[in-house]
Amino acid sequence: MADTRSLERRPPVERPLSPHLQIYKPTLTMMMSIVHRITGAALYFGTLLVAWWLLAAASPTGYGRFQWFASSWIGRLILFGYTWALIHHMLGGVRHLIWDTGRGFGPSEREWLAAANLIGSITITVLLWIFVLLTMGVG
Amino acid sequence: MSGPAHIRTPLARVRGFGTAKSGTRDFWRQRLTAVANIPLTIAAVIILITLLGRNQAATAQILGSPAVAIILLLFIGSTVTHMKIGMQVIIEDYVHDESAKLTLVMANTFFCVTVGAVAVYALLKLSFGL
Repeated sequence: MADTRSLERRPPVERPLSPHLQIYKPTLTMMMSIVHRITGAALYFGTLLVAWWLLAAASPTGYGRFQWFASSWIGRLILFGYTWALIHHMLGGVRHLIWDTGRGFGPSEREWLAAANLIGSITITVLLWIFVLLTMGVG
Repeated sequence: MSGPAHIRTPLARVRGFGTAKSGTRDFWRQRLTAVANIPLTIAAVIILITLLGRNQAATAQILGSPAVAIILLLFIGSTVTHMKIGMQVIIEDYVHDESAKLTLVMANTFFCVTVGAVAVYALLKLSFGL
């Protein structure tokens, strides 16, 4: 303890660094982890659309512009992506909540959960959009 | 008491003072809002689908009805809190320059509070009169 002062004046030592992403072979669980973060970040900016939608609905003149955007092909593409990101992030969140209870970490369980997350999000998104386009009568 | 003296970090000197008593607040809130977001998001999507194809007057009337407006206010509050914490984690993971990190963490909070305020304003306007 007496030599603490002299130790603190030493330059910082080179500590070993853990290898980063590009070292590892991509796996499904790794990709799902990355996609969870990317979809979260996408939804972050997607909230602007929700705020715009609500603000436009509260204005008799502004709603037409939102509807024009939402029915344009670029608007549809963004909304389709937003739907998938929302559902994927939600199912990924359920996976994280399962992990929070200490379950689902086994080799087969985590692979099954990752696959279910991806298949589930794509299936629900496509079914939801088929339902919406059919009920709206728009091709 | 501790590992080899030569790899001691400033953390070792801080440890003796105990915790700041708030270390798990964001961790807990992220899970709390995650659980809340599940039924609130499903409800918001159902509300959105029922509104498709309606004109502004009909949309405004439904969005301003008590149950729908309250569900959407809760949805906005919960998701904005969740995304503020999530984006802060991303910033803290990737931005290592101290001043850039603090600037982005602040900008993140400003963005989330502003987007939330706009959505809440719109919902209150829809509820209490145009």
